[in-house]
Amino acid sequence: MTLPAPLLDIENLEVTFRTEENSVTPVRGVSLRVDAGRTTALVGESGSGKSVTSLAVMGLLPRPAGSISAGAIRFRMKSGETSNLASLAPDVMQRLRGSEIAMIFQEPMTSLNPVLTVGEQIAEQVRYHTGMNASAAMRRAEEMLGLVEIPDAVRRATEYPHQMSGGMRQRVMIALAMSCNPRLLIADEPTTALDVTIQAQILALIDRLRKEHEMGVLFITHNLGVVAEVADDVTVMYAGEVVESADVRTLFRNPRHPYTQALINCLPARALPGADGRRVVRSIPGAVASAAGVSGCKFAPRCAHTLAACHVSHPALETIDGGQTIRCCRWRDL
Amino acid sequence: MDFTALRLFLKRLFKRKLVLFAAIVLALVVILAIAAPWVAPFSPTGMKVSQRLRPPSMVNWFGTDEFGRDILSRVIYGGRASLGIGMAVVLASMIAGTTLGLLAGYFRALDNIIMRIVDAMMSLPDILLAIFLVAVLGASAGNVVLALTIVYTPRVTRVVRGSTLVVRELPFVEAAHVLGVSTWRILSVHILLNVASPILVQATFIFAYAVLAEAGLSFLGTGVPPEIPTWGTMIATGQQYADQAVWLVLFPGLAIVFSALSLQLVGDGLRDMLDPKLRKAL
Amino acid sequence: MSDPKLVQIRGLTKHFGKAPALVHAVDDVSFDIARGEVVGLVGESGSGKSTIGRLILRALDLTAGTVEFHGREIGKLSQREIRPFRRRMQMVFQDPFASLNPRLRIKDIIGEALDAHGLAQGAARERRIGELLEIVGLQADHAARFPHEFSGGQRQRVGIARALAVEPDLIVADEPVSALDVSVQAQVLNLLQDLRQRFGMAMLFISHDLDVIELMCDRIVVLYLGRVMEAGPADVVSRHPRHPYTKALLAASPRPDPDARHTRDLLKGDIPSPLSPPSGCVFRTRCPLADAACAKAVPMMRNAGPDHYFACIHATETTSPEHVR
Repeated sequence: MTLPAPLLDIENLEVTFRTEENSVTPVRGVSLRVDAGRTTALVGESGSGKSVTSLAVMGLLPRPAGSISAGAIRFRMKSGETSNLASLAPDVMQRLRGSEIAMIFQEPMTSLNPVLTVGEQIAEQVRYHTGMNASAAMRRAEEMLGLVEIPDAVRRATEYPHQMSGGMRQRVMIALAMSCNPRLLIADEPTTALDVTIQAQILALIDRLRKEHEMGVLFITHNLGVVAEVADDVTVMYAGEVVESADVRTLFRNPRHPYTQALINCLPARALPGADGRRVVRSIPGAVASAAGVSGCKFAPRCAHTLAACHVSHPALETIDGGQTIRCCRWRDL
Repeated sequence: MDFTALRLFLKRLFKRKLVLFAAIVLALVVILAIAAPWVAPFSPTGMKVSQRLRPPSMVNWFGTDEFGRDILSRVIYGGRASLGIGMAVVLASMIAGTTLGLLAGYFRALDNIIMRIVDAMMSLPDILLAIFLVAVLGASAGNVVLALTIVYTPRVTRVVRGSTLVVRELPFVEAAHVLGVSTWRILSVHILLNVASPILVQATFIFAYAVLAEAGLSFLGTGVPPEIPTWGTMIATGQQYADQAVWLVLFPGLAIVFSALSLQLVGDGLRDMLDPKLRKAL
Repeated sequence: MSDPKLVQIRGLTKHFGKAPALVHAVDDVSFDIARGEVVGLVGESGSGKSTIGRLILRALDLTAGTVEFHGREIGKLSQREIRPFRRRMQMVFQDPFASLNPRLRIKDIIGEALDAHGLAQGAARERRIGELLEIVGLQADHAARFPHEFSGGQRQRVGIARALAVEPDLIVADEPVSALDVSVQAQVLNLLQDLRQRFGMAMLFISHDLDVIELMCDRIVVLYLGRVMEAGPADVVSRHPRHPYTKALLAASPRPDPDARHTRDLLKGDIPSPLSPPSGCVFRTRCPLADAACAKAVPMMRNAGPDHYFACIHATETTSPEHVR
């Protein structure tokens, strides 16, 4: 583990959504860190709260329903000072987005403006954050398209998003994100909609940019294969909570939380030979929805090692050897 | 917390109350129209020249018209023809339009033929087409219904076709096809059930349009014969006295507005109840 | 290969649209499915894998080629003539939400399959629906519910029950788990394995996920831009691929093992548009082995071992054909 202060340090984050009927907390007790020049993968299934966490960091929770109700998001800026993103005013946060923290999404088509050329969109972003003049900004845009390995960048800058393939559009999104040299890149399922051969290209691209720009990456995904491929550190979420975090090798070799273990085991690649010679995947019974209204351990209704105590007391996130953290009252005896 | 809960409660209550209220108004209008001979205080055609153009009073609640006829009684009787024609047009154009729309949306071969005719008809102004049709068919209540059905069927066809084009591409339609489910059942169950909401919404509009169009036709003398009171004929003939006796057009006008509005509200409520997801939430 | 195949497709071709916007979705694809066998179709977008499934089921009409089912050519039958065959072949869909009519109760969704072929009426129909729900791991009293009351995994089970209702010999499963969460994916994969064991039906398993394909299938057919690149036994193709595309696909698939991370030879560029597929070998624009000869002719299928074929004129690396898992 690196000693210097982390780039992003989320501590005990809680997000509350108030609707007219009631209020829900899709995220609580989330602590995670991203170091400069490293990739932290945030893994979870649907309903785990991983995307809400990333929106909280970006200050993009839908207002007025969503708000950060507890915890801190400490972020070390280019200037070296650290500020708590959870308490920043919206207009300050707006300046930070793009210049300090940038985000890419699963479906680039919906994040790109269909009536502007991709060059114009990047140039506009550059001008907003740097005040560059139009022609310089356009040259910067072309340079960025080259940076994300789009061939023939000068010509492609004049194309509209719909003229490009899914992989090319994701490259444009990355160019847009990189245009102001952010310190932190949040990538929310950036390759989920892409074919595997294209996914491999995009993963390699993000990895190269991270190394070259000493950038921190928060990589949100449900795909453990992708995690093993890109992550340095991994944080696993279940039903709105962090249940385990560790460096990637420890997590895959020695997962401590029953959910992490089960999640890794239910991958088809980890199938075991069954009785009849066929291979069988080990599955987790039930569905995530079973965690709703659980007062004890959220995973208890689906866990193979549940004791009576698990249903009663809600375990805290404990730090164990080597910086690994775990939220399970039975981790010592499992 | 308590405050939000209360607000939500009131909001829901109000929402459902409004639908309930609209249903009651609509039911009342329909019952009054059906029970006209028993509830109307006067004969709708009984003229009293000495009582002409009287403002609303204890005797004539809605006043009297240029021939001294009681407007309340005429509004109640007028509901029979107006609502009857409106309903008949809605029913007929729904059946014809839904059938044509389903066929056009589902069978590509029919799409071109049906939609070109629909487009051609929709390019003509509604009222002109209706006047032409009634002129050809002859002025009678039945022919007004027929003419207005022909005028409004293309609208329904278009809406149904559009929705059908969307629904037919959904996997559950393909699943039914692969199962060997008959085309008839795919159309009448899988597609029709899922295009019902826009059809219902369209029905409420057409009801209002039909009542108004009937009035327009009657006004131009190509609609219902003037001896039958309808809200439309009442407004049409009352118009020339509007500056001195506004009640001549006000009360039949209100009758149209209330009926059309409550029908739309009921339609909205119906749509919510037909949607299984919303039904659970309510 | 002496026993008659359940499905035998030859020269299967499907074009959509008209020139100049003619899409070559499937081009000259041939393979067999034996009784009780699970064949996996793997490929990226534009590979034509879903189209092939739909052509076999005759949910789409073929442009050219033949489909034999139980030894009978069904590729040219009219929709009326095909109806009796629908009892013998069924489909499971990718999207567990859109594949069930939201307005119908579960019993009507499953019952429809029984009604379409007159399989059960009245109390027997009721019983059969309950039985089918229990077979797929749901409860008989779920029958009165609507689809939106279920989770994605449960809906997928309903979709499977619907397909099973007619006791088919073949199920085309089009990406049946790719819309599901990992933990739920495993449940559905195991269910499909169990059902196959129990009822012995054959499956055409369509997926973009090589791990899933390798787990579920006896044989794999690798597709690229509507053409077969390689076909063979699942373990042989995934461990000793011969075609450069299969190799690239395997290399690009993320492995859940951080120690297996390696600098790999990534495929360059994008998948070409099926509107204008490259001449000769369709893979040549991205292939590391490509040269001028690849543009001249569509490569012939070459034999690489028992039941193992690939379409490349350059791949020469040999493997021990007696390799066993």
